Amino acid sequence: MPEGRLPTEFEAWFAARGWAPRPHQRDLLSIVRAGRSALLVAPTGAGKTLAGFLPSLVALSERPPSRKARGLHTLYISPLKALAVDIARNLEAPIAEMSLPIRVETRTGDTPSHKRTRQIERPPDILLTTPEQLALLIAHREAEELFSELSCVVLDELHALVTSKRGDLLSLGLARLHRLSPNLTAIGLSATVREPDDLRRYLVPQRSRSTEESGSLSFQERERRGVHDAVAPGPTPMADLVVVKGGAAPDLHLLDTGLTLPLAGHTATQAMPAIYDLIQAHRTVLIFVNTRLQAEYTFQELWRINEASLPIALHHGSLDATQRRRVEAAMAAGQLRAIVCTATLDLGIDWGDVDLVVNIGAPKGASRIMQRIGRANHRMDEPSKAYLVPGNRFEILECQAALDAVEEAAQDTPDARLGAPDVLAQHVLGMACADAFDPLELYDEIVSAAPYATLSWEDFEAVVDYVATGGYALRAYERFAKIVRGPDGLWRVRDARIAQQYRMNVGTIVESAKVKVRLARGVRGKPGAILPKGGRVLGEIEEDFADTLTPGDTFLFAGEVLRFEGLSEDEALATRAGPGTDPAIPSYAGAKFPLSTFLAARVRALIADPFEWDRLPKQVADYLLLQRQRSILPGPDGLLVETFPRSGRYYLTAFPFEGRLAHQTLGMLLTRRMERARLRPLGFAANDYGIAIWMTRDISDAIARAPGFLAELFAEDMLGDDLEAWLDESSMMKRTFRQCAVIAGLIERRYPGQKKTGRQVTMSTDLVYDVLRKHQPDHLLLRAARQDAATGLLDVARLGMMLRRIQGRITHKALDRVSPLSVSVMLEIGREKVYGEGADEILAEAEAQLLEEALG
Amino acid sequence: MRTRSWPKPKRSFSKKRWGDDRVKRPFPGQEDAILALGQRLERTIKTPSLTLAGEALILDLCGGLWLAAHRTLIVSDLHLEKGSAYAARSGQFLPPYDTRETLACLHEAVARLDPARVVALGDSFHDSRGPERMEPGDRAMVAALQAGRDWIWIAGNHDHAVSEGVGGRYAETLVMGGLTLRHEPSPDASEGEIAGHLHPCGKVAMRGRAVRRRCFVTDGKRLVMPAFGAYAGGLNVRNPVFDPLFPGGFTAHLLGDGRVFAIGKAMLARD
Repeated sequence: MPEGRLPTEFEAWFAARGWAPRPHQRDLLSIVRAGRSALLVAPTGAGKTLAGFLPSLVALSERPPSRKARGLHTLYISPLKALAVDIARNLEAPIAEMSLPIRVETRTGDTPSHKRTRQIERPPDILLTTPEQLALLIAHREAEELFSELSCVVLDELHALVTSKRGDLLSLGLARLHRLSPNLTAIGLSATVREPDDLRRYLVPQRSRSTEESGSLSFQERERRGVHDAVAPGPTPMADLVVVKGGAAPDLHLLDTGLTLPLAGHTATQAMPAIYDLIQAHRTVLIFVNTRLQAEYTFQELWRINEASLPIALHHGSLDATQRRRVEAAMAAGQLRAIVCTATLDLGIDWGDVDLVVNIGAPKGASRIMQRIGRANHRMDEPSKAYLVPGNRFEILECQAALDAVEEAAQDTPDARLGAPDVLAQHVLGMACADAFDPLELYDEIVSAAPYATLSWEDFEAVVDYVATGGYALRAYERFAKIVRGPDGLWRVRDARIAQQYRMNVGTIVESAKVKVRLARGVRGKPGAILPKGGRVLGEIEEDFADTLTPGDTFLFAGEVLRFEGLSEDEALATRAGPGTDPAIPSYAGAKFPLSTFLAARVRALIADPFEWDRLPKQVADYLLLQRQRSILPGPDGLLVETFPRSGRYYLTAFPFEGRLAHQTLGMLLTRRMERARLRPLGFAANDYGIAIWMTRDISDAIARAPGFLAELFAEDMLGDDLEAWLDESSMMKRTFRQCAVIAGLIERRYPGQKKTGRQVTMSTDLVYDVLRKHQPDHLLLRAARQDAATGLLDVARLGMMLRRIQGRITHKALDRVSPLSVSVMLEIGREKVYGEGADEILAEAEAQLLEEALG
Repeated sequence: MRTRSWPKPKRSFSKKRWGDDRVKRPFPGQEDAILALGQRLERTIKTPSLTLAGEALILDLCGGLWLAAHRTLIVSDLHLEKGSAYAARSGQFLPPYDTRETLACLHEAVARLDPARVVALGDSFHDSRGPERMEPGDRAMVAALQAGRDWIWIAGNHDHAVSEGVGGRYAETLVMGGLTLRHEPSPDASEGEIAGHLHPCGKVAMRGRAVRRRCFVTDGKRLVMPAFGAYAGGLNVRNPVFDPLFPGGFTAHLLGDGRVFAIGKAMLARD
């Protein structure tokens, strides 16, 4: 049979539905038939999933019948449990209609244990599961047998998986599958990405670094010769690429209400009536926002003007799971006219009937916005319709940049990850649970996974040492080792209890400690008194946020204004605030994405080129014009720094356009340096576009007197000692460390038969961090935390890129008053907490209140 | 961008212009607030000291209590070898540097105050087998600290049967002047009891931030000491177990970064 041809029953099945197999579905089939792996890049609605399964369905249908129990044929991995279940349902139809002898099952955290056991004893032909479940399966004693006949692995939404530690874990699992079943083909399904080659590498084993003959060398010998340091030269292996072009261009607009937008803030209050009109004019509208706070706010505002009582729902990660399921069910049943949601619905199952997407606030990234737009109209040949709604004048610029990018189909998905050491530690323990391992073989297997392809032998050894005894210079735990090296040179897990611990702690998603929000009831006639029991659970809030609440604070949650009444065990008690109460506490943690480097560069270019301003609404062009008159415009590559006095203080503002996270880190580091230069900085504020620092000394004067002062202030070496010193105290760093510690198994998520609360974990890891930093600053987990900090909460990597970019390109403008551009970032002052770290200030203030009392 | 190995700490950067910032100093933003309070504080709190049963006590920032008249340093709940206890019991390999860290802090206080007597107020070891697991270097450190001074281990609930070989002498309780030193606060103690055991921590929440620190707790009649050990956790002083001990309320003295802060019960948040 020619490679791309389908068996007759398949052709008939397609024909019966009035379909024809699409070219990419045939292409994929012929590639897999030839025994090669492939990446399929296609827009939504292109029949990606069916394309991924078609080779397996065909192969299984052609398999001669057998009485003998057979191993697993195809494994499907999805980032979402719900997606796996949904796909299983979708596969039922073709299998039933063609009467194919194929058994499909799902395996998720919800699968009952008797079924899991049976799945290993008598595996289905196709198993649909998640990366965490794959990690558990390959750590199983029977893994070798289970996967020995595995022919195909399908990785869905691969573009989303590879950007996180889950992607690292999956890559290691994939490397193991390739070893257990050497003829395995891997199929990756992905939305459009900037660098498809990164994903193509991810799918296939990278070149092993050791050579055949050195396989027999002893551990020490190998180390002495250093054979592992030689990376094989030449091109890296990649899977084949199948690209589905185009689909209809999206029908995308900027929502211009004609009203003048503020210079800061993201609420888009003035656009609500226009958005409401859009809801009335469409079947179902998905309204994306960037934070949970914004979701709450938008939901409230829409209901305030919802005269027709249209069914509008709210969906975000903090809401109670049952409530979320209810919203999803209502959506699937076509009962809703609009859903206000956060990134929780960026991915997920197909809802079909959405005919409009509205994105409120800054788009943040070109690929992100395209993914969201694609949620409307899941048919490839119809255009997806979407509106971008800016919340302030800067966001107009960002929206315009995003519109341009979408038009050019430019992508800004992140770079390929460097595999995280904490994930590797988890995997190594898992591999010891599966079977005794030879370190050389395991090393070769691990470096065949793309994210770990550059892992050095020394770093691998450090990971094995960490897994065995904690990796401490002080060899205190040798006698308690978790994995032990036998006289045969193989490492084995010490006992069944360790394997049990591994299974309980597998996975890379570390939920931040959460507390439930429960409605408490007030006692009639007794203001302030509450009954702690009986109320309904509304959802969960991060413990970090709950910690900052004091009784009486009001905040927005689950679409209502709540009054915090206190904590009781692991629950936050709240009552409904009276009508008309404004929430006093501005925000609680939620997803907050930094502006992508790509969009930032476009925004800078847009501002720097007055010929482009025609395309912008007049209010923005006027604003930029005013900035040019009063000060100067920032250039496309340089950094504009303005200094000016204002009511007795001196201000420095700078506009790097590198996103809030990087700016916050920059603010922390700059104030440290300014403190040393005796400028007496008092605080700083940051947004996505710039930062403002205020101080008691005249900064303009200091810059005028010392040429090169600014260049030195912004010099790249702030990422040296200054960063180190700050990391010592940074609570964000401690949070990052905690996640690494959980993933690497230093801290357990829970014990067998005993659940450890997040609160306990919090306390001990902070103490552990302080002690470890002092006594072994190069410990594996601290290195892992630093690697995370570089791209995560602190965005140090991006800051470093910016500092390099602006070298020799800093433009300083000393002004006698605040410039139009600076107003935008000055408006952030007071909006957010100024300093994240100094504890003594808070304590001193509390003490002062006591003294006030005492002194009368 | 790929590098061949994971980032390692960088240690060599120019300090020529910016000076050395190794010395911990207050953050710029908080200076204001501290200075604003400065004068008033200067007048009211010279040194964090108080009187209990007629004895003058100084609350040291390290978490120890200094009785200058007796040249006695009291520290509580060292929980030495807590890290190794976890490794032995549940296979959790916490960094094994806690004993070293705790002893280093103790050494700093001893070097500064030069006490004639040191009292470890119970739970000095996390478990009774702790002394066996102690590294030789740490053991030598204990011996050096003990040299030339009276060293008393008060029995705790974790280390009631502490084995021999760690020097010093043992006692269930100790009476010094009007003070009674014991590990667990007794429900019906007379005035002047100094105890540990509870690991008190105070939490202050304001302006959208929360700070939680170890603290001394006292009502002027009795005092509960903070835990001294590097890995010792903390119990919020607003926990009901503190209520019967301090029926008339209390003041918590929180260990800040730069000094000790006296904060009243009403200002302290629950967890």
